[in-house]
Amino acid sequence: MEKDTKAFQRVYTKLFQLTKATVSLYARGIGNEELAIVDGRLAQVVKIIGDLVTLQIFGGTEGIATNAEVIFAGKAPTIKVGDDLAGRFFDAYGDPIEGAEIMGQEKEIGGPSVNPVRRKQPSEYIPTGIAGIDLNNALVTGQKIPFFADPDQPYNQVMAMVALRAKADKIILAGMGLTRDDYLYFKNVFDNAGALDRIVGFINTTEDPPVERLLVPDMALAAAEYFAVEKNEKVLVLLTDMTLYSDALSIVSNRMDQIPSKDSMPGSLYSDLARLYEKAVQFPDGGSITIIAVTTLSGGDITHAVPDNTGYITEGQLFLRKDSDIGKVIIDPFRSLSRLKQLVIGKKTREDHPQVMNAAVRLYADAANARTKQENGFDLTDYDERSLEFAKEYSEKLLAIDVNIETDEMLETAYGLFDKHFQPEEVGIRQEFVEKYWKKQ
Amino acid sequence: MNTIGNVTGIIANLVIVETEGTTAQNEICFIKQDNTRLMAEVIKVVGNKSYIQVFESTRGLKVGAEVEFMGHMLEVTLGPGILSKNFDGLQNDLNKMEGIFLKKGEYTEPLDMDQEYEFKALAKKGDKVVAGSWLGEVKENWIPHKIMVPFTFKGTYTIKSLKGDGAYTPKETIAVLTDNEGKEHKVTMVQKWPVKVPIRAYKDKPRPFRILETGIRVMDTLNPMAEGGTGFIPGPFGSGKTVLQHNLSKNAEADLVVIAACGERANEVVEIFTEFPELDDPRSGRKLMERTTIIANTSNMPVAAREASVYTAMTIAEYYRAMGLKVLLLADSTSRWAQALREMSNRLEELPGPDGFPMDLAAIIANFYARAGFVYLPNGGSGSITFIGTVSPAGGNLKEPVTESTKKVARCFYALSQDRADSKRYPAIDPIDSYSKYLEYPEIAEYLNKNVAENWTDSVFKAKDILLRGKEAYEQINILGDDGVPIDYHIRYWKSELIDFVILQQDAFDNIDASSSFERQNYMLQKTLEVTDMTFHFDSFEEVNPYFKRIINALKQMNYSEFDSDKFRNNEQELKKILKEQETRNTGEKEESAVEAQS
Ligand SMILES: Nc1ncnc2c1ncn2[C@@H]1O[C@H](COP(=O)(O)OP(=O)(O)OP(=O)(O)O)[C@@H](O)[C@H]1O
Ligand SMILES: [Mg+2]
Repeated sequence: MEKDTKAFQRVYTKLFQLTKATVSLYARGIGNEELAIVDGRLAQVVKIIGDLVTLQIFGGTEGIATNAEVIFAGKAPTIKVGDDLAGRFFDAYGDPIEGAEIMGQEKEIGGPSVNPVRRKQPSEYIPTGIAGIDLNNALVTGQKIPFFADPDQPYNQVMAMVALRAKADKIILAGMGLTRDDYLYFKNVFDNAGALDRIVGFINTTEDPPVERLLVPDMALAAAEYFAVEKNEKVLVLLTDMTLYSDALSIVSNRMDQIPSKDSMPGSLYSDLARLYEKAVQFPDGGSITIIAVTTLSGGDITHAVPDNTGYITEGQLFLRKDSDIGKVIIDPFRSLSRLKQLVIGKKTREDHPQVMNAAVRLYADAANARTKQENGFDLTDYDERSLEFAKEYSEKLLAIDVNIETDEMLETAYGLFDKHFQPEEVGIRQEFVEKYWKKQ
Repeated sequence: MNTIGNVTGIIANLVIVETEGTTAQNEICFIKQDNTRLMAEVIKVVGNKSYIQVFESTRGLKVGAEVEFMGHMLEVTLGPGILSKNFDGLQNDLNKMEGIFLKKGEYTEPLDMDQEYEFKALAKKGDKVVAGSWLGEVKENWIPHKIMVPFTFKGTYTIKSLKGDGAYTPKETIAVLTDNEGKEHKVTMVQKWPVKVPIRAYKDKPRPFRILETGIRVMDTLNPMAEGGTGFIPGPFGSGKTVLQHNLSKNAEADLVVIAACGERANEVVEIFTEFPELDDPRSGRKLMERTTIIANTSNMPVAAREASVYTAMTIAEYYRAMGLKVLLLADSTSRWAQALREMSNRLEELPGPDGFPMDLAAIIANFYARAGFVYLPNGGSGSITFIGTVSPAGGNLKEPVTESTKKVARCFYALSQDRADSKRYPAIDPIDSYSKYLEYPEIAEYLNKNVAENWTDSVFKAKDILLRGKEAYEQINILGDDGVPIDYHIRYWKSELIDFVILQQDAFDNIDASSSFERQNYMLQKTLEVTDMTFHFDSFEEVNPYFKRIINALKQMNYSEFDSDKFRNNEQELKKILKEQETRNTGEKEESAVEAQS
């Protein structure tokens, strides 16, 4: 991002008001959402009433004096985009964390939306090898989907794994409140996989001011748009952690005296998040932006405003849960969902995929009922016993995140489990599939 | 002369304008920013300050920018060419916009003003006419699109002249009408109407008395929607609201479908753009797109236009209703519209109502739903708008303002349940909590019993009863344990499961199962009730589950087969065989104590 002062830029030195995240001053000819530098810190216009201009200071206002220097940039925030981005890591302002400045064209961040009639329906399957995803919640290019996970779950590891297997032309990592360890972890895995040249990172770590995070996803998505539109590339954007991003939103809105909505989040949270997630798109010319995000939960509560609004925006969610029976983290088939899966399953994958997927989940639900019975101290029927055995193996062989097999093999594994524990009538798959695929076993 | 003003304040998309001239509530105005003009609507006036909501991003806007007030409210353009178009919330034709990205301040003509339409006169010189009277018709796709006396006309007019049959463009004068004072008025094929005002060009609005077949069993059979009725679908995220609405738009027996994609995902709209031109309308055999119009204000499009979008859609529906058509209007999601109102209300620093929504939310929702309905037209014909909206309650909790306000006005309640969605029992409409008030209307009951089957409503209530009793039995089983209850409880539970699996559950993505005619629904309901009427004998509760699963499987295979096909009949035979086992059991084991199923 440009920080140098140019001739036409106006400089002010008298602040009228200071809060923890904002400053206000009298100034004229200022545009809404215009950038400014206040005492060397990046800021953006969020409100203008007459001549009184309110700026949000991304780095916080600690130590800013009323005579601080305010320089208006005359434009909204931008990023420099170009092929130079590949293989580099940047801070929230788009400046390289290490190494030389990059060359490229300047592009506004948080720019306009794609005309819906210029989009193409997503239709390209993204196999990940993880059956909890591929079998039950298949991903498609142009999709936006978060992991819902408690903070102690290995969501960043799973996300890195998915990213590397996804065969994307570019992977853009947007780290918001990322621990330094996780930042280095990402760098390492990508490096070890020889994928560094396909990676671009925009990183705000826990060591950086939280409000800076607000710029990170816009930076990442502007870069993604460059590669997807100009270069027709398949871009995968990783947003981690969107709950920490939302926390930054609430800090700013609360300090601007907005009436907080549920869980002290701003009333506009839905629109704020949708604006970002809706950047996921499949273009007719082959370029695409796929977004995989992380929304950390507190105590698995998905009714909290952040996961709740996210669920209403994204095209499903992948719910990580520790299965104590097998001692592994699994992708919970009940609470996970990929809404675009029907565009590819049974079409790009084998025809019986949807039926096998549904049948297995139904049987898993029967097992859950049986478990409730068991916990309440009731006798189990033979069917209950069988479904419990099935569930354990299903969890181990298909739901666990360490599974890495081809999609057809997932289907065969499922038939294997059906055959071991059930009769065809109990599974309820279409007759022709039973004959064609099950009987083969 | 239009009133001119200047921007004095900017808070996101709320802009404050100072002006010396007159401005009106809901008046449209344009802000000049560089080379573009940003459309906005007045939402509050205090002294010489007008508060306007801008239908665009205000990035870069500066204090001092000039604002021109247009002297009219937000209007839509009504005329031939609306059908199968993709509009944004302000009725801009999205296909006419250039480039991949939406450009700020780019507004496009909703109709094709240079296209010629073959006109046929329906009235003649000297006829007395009123607003909404049909002057003639043109072919729009397959629809005889009526050219009507503009809805803004008040009183009675006489036709002074009317164009003969021939091809004309929407711009040309079609008729000249004289009012009572002898003043002449020119009429073209096109008229404008303010979206927030209901079109009342009808004689009467009786309460609905016919059913709108949707092809969705859990609706048609259990809680039917009336033609001209209202309903809503609340449900947590991912519970199937959109899939259900898409399914309705594909299969419902409507002449026209208007879809307001209000603050939801762009990909869902793309799905319609992509699939509807390929899919056949199951009734007419024409392409689905030919009867569909989309108003798209997706979640990443400007928030203020989101509110406008539902009104734009309703007005278009009212226009076609006045032509005597059966219109189905769908809005997904009305909660996003309410949220747009909330965002604005907060920026205006109004006193917030529950959950920060505006105080008059309930009234706004009620007024909107009231615009749907079955009407008799001035010429004695009839038309209807059936409206079904979705509601996205925060945290899936139905105790929230949008759900509660909607529940007061919508006559059908299709509650989607998280549990059902989690266990993939789609469509996840809760059979116990949901209702259709229309089922209580004697005229509707009569209609059903005459048109679907004799005693149809009795069968429906019987099925509902079985579901309820099954649920009670299930709860008992859970409390007392499988062997802590009589076998009869298991049978009762499995009878309700039978109805659940065969009637309630329906695979929206299966070509055959996705839609079911009333004839077929009747057949399947009778078949299912035949089973639930039977008396079953089992030696232990463990036999109940596998036996019923076999019955369910046979009936489900019937659902997956073409109605009345060989496959269908074979599965029916299979069912017969399974049921036979019980009969032989009944006769074979006379002495064994029979378990009364229906006791
Ligand atoms: N009738 C159905 N048959 C099969 N699958 C279904 C059905 N209804 C819903 N689903 C599954 O559930 C997913 C979510 O459904 P849908 O998009 O309609 O949810 P929604 O209630 O509209 O959610 P949101 O409020 O987030 O928009 C679908 O993508 C599909 O996988
Ligand atoms: Mg939806």
